[in-house]
Amino acid sequence: MASHTQAGADVVLWNASADAHDNISARTYGFWLYLLSDALIIAAVVACYAVLDNPLNAAGGPLGNQFLSASKGLVQTFLVLGSVLSYSLATVALKRGNKLGVGLGMVGAILLAVLFLGIGMGDLAALSAAGNGFARSGYLSCFFTLIVTHALHMGFGILWMLVMLVQIGVFGFTENVVARLLNLRMFWQFQASVWVVVYIYVYLFGGAH
Amino acid sequence: MQVAVDGPWTPLLGRLSLEAIPYTNPILIFTFAIAAIVGLVVVGSVLYFKKVGYIWREWLCSVDHKRIGVMYIILGLVMLFRGFIDGVMIRTQQAIAIGPNSPGYLGAAHGYLPPYHFDQIYSAHGTIMLIFAATPLLTGLGNVIVPLQVGARDMAFPYLNAVSLWLTVAGALLCMISLFVGEFSNATWVGLMPFAEMSSNPGVGVDYWMWALQVSSLGTTFNSINMIATIVKMRAPGMGWFRVPVFTWATMATAIIGLTAFPVLTAALCMLGLDRYVGTHFFTAGMGGNYMLYINLFWTWGHPEVYFLMLPAFGLISEIVSTFSSKALFGYPTMIAASLGIAGVGWVVWAHHFFTMGMGPNLIGFFSAATMIVGIPTGVKAFNWIFTMYRGRITLATPMLWAITAIVLLLLGGITGMMLSASVVDYTVHDSVFVVAHFHCMVLVIGAGIFAAVTYWWPKVFGFKLNETLGQWFFWTFVLASVLVFIPMFQAGLDGETRRLDYLFDTSLRPLMLAEVTGMGMYFVSLFCFLAMLVVSLVKREPAGQDPWGTARSLEWLTHTPVPFYNFAVTPQVHALDELAWRRANGLEKAQPERYVPIHMPSSSGLPFIIGMLSFVCTFALVWRIWWLAGASLLAVILLVIIRSFDKNEGYVLSADTIAEMERKLHTVSLIAEQSKVLPVGGQVEAH
Ligand code: HEM
Ligand SMILES: [Cu+2]
Repeated sequence: MASHTQAGADVVLWNASADAHDNISARTYGFWLYLLSDALIIAAVVACYAVLDNPLNAAGGPLGNQFLSASKGLVQTFLVLGSVLSYSLATVALKRGNKLGVGLGMVGAILLAVLFLGIGMGDLAALSAAGNGFARSGYLSCFFTLIVTHALHMGFGILWMLVMLVQIGVFGFTENVVARLLNLRMFWQFQASVWVVVYIYVYLFGGAH
Repeated sequence: MQVAVDGPWTPLLGRLSLEAIPYTNPILIFTFAIAAIVGLVVVGSVLYFKKVGYIWREWLCSVDHKRIGVMYIILGLVMLFRGFIDGVMIRTQQAIAIGPNSPGYLGAAHGYLPPYHFDQIYSAHGTIMLIFAATPLLTGLGNVIVPLQVGARDMAFPYLNAVSLWLTVAGALLCMISLFVGEFSNATWVGLMPFAEMSSNPGVGVDYWMWALQVSSLGTTFNSINMIATIVKMRAPGMGWFRVPVFTWATMATAIIGLTAFPVLTAALCMLGLDRYVGTHFFTAGMGGNYMLYINLFWTWGHPEVYFLMLPAFGLISEIVSTFSSKALFGYPTMIAASLGIAGVGWVVWAHHFFTMGMGPNLIGFFSAATMIVGIPTGVKAFNWIFTMYRGRITLATPMLWAITAIVLLLLGGITGMMLSASVVDYTVHDSVFVVAHFHCMVLVIGAGIFAAVTYWWPKVFGFKLNETLGQWFFWTFVLASVLVFIPMFQAGLDGETRRLDYLFDTSLRPLMLAEVTGMGMYFVSLFCFLAMLVVSLVKREPAGQDPWGTARSLEWLTHTPVPFYNFAVTPQVHALDELAWRRANGLEKAQPERYVPIHMPSSSGLPFIIGMLSFVCTFALVWRIWWLAGASLLAVILLVIIRSFDKNEGYVLSADTIAEMERKLHTVSLIAEQSKVLPVGGQVEAH
């Protein structure tokens, strides 16, 4: 569709092929932006944790270095990273269009995540049972919130994986399904990074033994 | 685990009971009557004209960015009116209650609003004006303009766009219903801490405020994601980053703020919610809480938020100044740099809102200097506008009048902002109405930008212009009112009038208060002119052509007026920053595509609306602690999202023939419009 300028030069004014947008890339980009905003929520909570992590804000209650176990945290870290590895293996299978491989990888990721949550939530329950629940002090409020915020992300991811397992069964690898699987991979790596930050900052820098 | 509440609580209705309805308050009864009448008239006329189906299908279910934008703007205007009435009540109360001998009515010792009611009104005023008037108005304009300016068919995520709108509506509904069921927060729009905690504020007011903010800022975050993705991914071919129109750039900068700053508010409000609902101790006065933490978090969002509102207004002003100066914008790259710079520096100035709370000289020095630095990019913008006008062929049409006013107001607000950024000055005027006058000047810049933009882009969306004469009446009365209200306010602040008081002890303030009340009266006149302008223009409906102002420059003016739902029949190839100006210079502005190809469009859906309404139910239930209802509606939202993900939602395809047919019709319409085109004021065409 060429036209001419007054000077006589040929110009293309309309571009009929421009409508073919890459849907998957737009969706993963949008989701990546969402993760950015989510990261800021986490950042705000971590910043609060940094502020409240001192004896004044523990109001006579315990600080992290009195109840956190670095080795247990390390086990949890390996569980989270193992879960991410398992999901990554699922995406390798996705490349080959292997439904069974994707399914197995996701089931593995879910199992490791559930194990992680079991340990984490068990710790919080024990802490509460000892009279050091989230309402005990400003510090503990923030500690619980940080851990639970991460756990909620994990729980949400698990729910998402379950839905995706069904969708792979029902639809196979359609554009929609693939876009979601790729977003989910980003999400899963994101929650793992959050945990790594928590482990390093809260457990290791916090003086857990 | 759950925090004990004052008063009765039942599993079925939570804290809700008949006592929550303020039927003893004559002011609220009156308001309710008006609202009920207006509501009945609206619903009645929809029913009478048998438009229920039309409204549901074409508007509530729409995913078209222009429709969504228009709905945002309508929401913004309605809330602007509500906020205005709040403002009138604040002002009249203060004007009556001056000095110990001032009269008291309706149970108030002085004036007619007891402190309990007065506090809610100013808290609502601030919240509504910033979050539910200015934000939707600007988001709406962005929605309408940005996809057109980048030559896209719609936003990157049309469904998400509709969800954002309905979440914002949910927040606004929450604010409105608090008038008639329960009470609103009395802890100001910023949420004073620990005053907003359960211990001093056991009612539902703070909960209303908190959830309204929470749910609508979720919508804003989603909208920011959508805007960035649209601008990054959906630009027409040929539109490199330095051909992106300046308003779109401003929206980009604003969306970056929205994406990064709003999550901080979300986090802060979540923590406050935990304090109020399950008894944590983030911001409480004892038990290891730290209320300065809240104030820091709030302003970490709050200051970027003011630029979140300001930057799009700057963008609007830039477009308009350049169009009505018949000249390309002066210093386009510096405009972009300034927008991004303001967005960046806006992140490190938050503590200037609490210099007086004791933070030590180093911090004060840093935040004071950082605040002053914002003046540099702002100044760059002001000079760029002035240089754009310099030796331009200026047309003083209504949008341009608003834009020039905005620049003057910016100067006033900016200079007083600079005064406040000097901490020594701030110590003397902090929490006085001097600050109130400062930020109202700034917010009026935004208001002027919005009115300019609504007048300017109106014909593009609706196909006819707003009445120019009444537009000018509206403009002049509005400016006069603003001068009367806010210039005396600077003086009153310097004289020591503290903000947020329902009673003024200093009788020497009376003349200033009188001037301000007169200004408020003037605002009513301007409101009348505004409504008259709408009605007259709607009745006359003089069709406008493709470029009704004659000197528009950017891509959106290239397509038909009013814009068809698919925006461009064929996506334009972009050759210059000001594409239309470029085509006009090359005699190509009338060129039409010769061939059409099928277009893929998203299909409309009622789901976003339903999700929004369920969010409203959920937050309302949370306010009243009706746990089952909150849980059920949240679950319903999650289930709906999952169910929709099983929907193939492939949209639909418009065939080339259909497009050709529609284009032919639109073309005839615009030919008719061209012929009856009325020249804008000032006369565009050179005399020969
Ligand atoms: C040159 C740019 C600006 C500077 C230097 C500046 C400076 C300041 C300072 C120092 C304060 C704190 C005053 C106090 O509470 O004692 C303040 C308050 C405020 N400013 Fe600005 N400002 C600027 C631009 C803006 C803009 C663009 C807006 C809005 C669109 C705005 C809105 C506000 C609001 C809403 C408050 C008061 C908030 C409250 O306490 O309720 N400012 N400004
Ligand atoms: Cu500020």
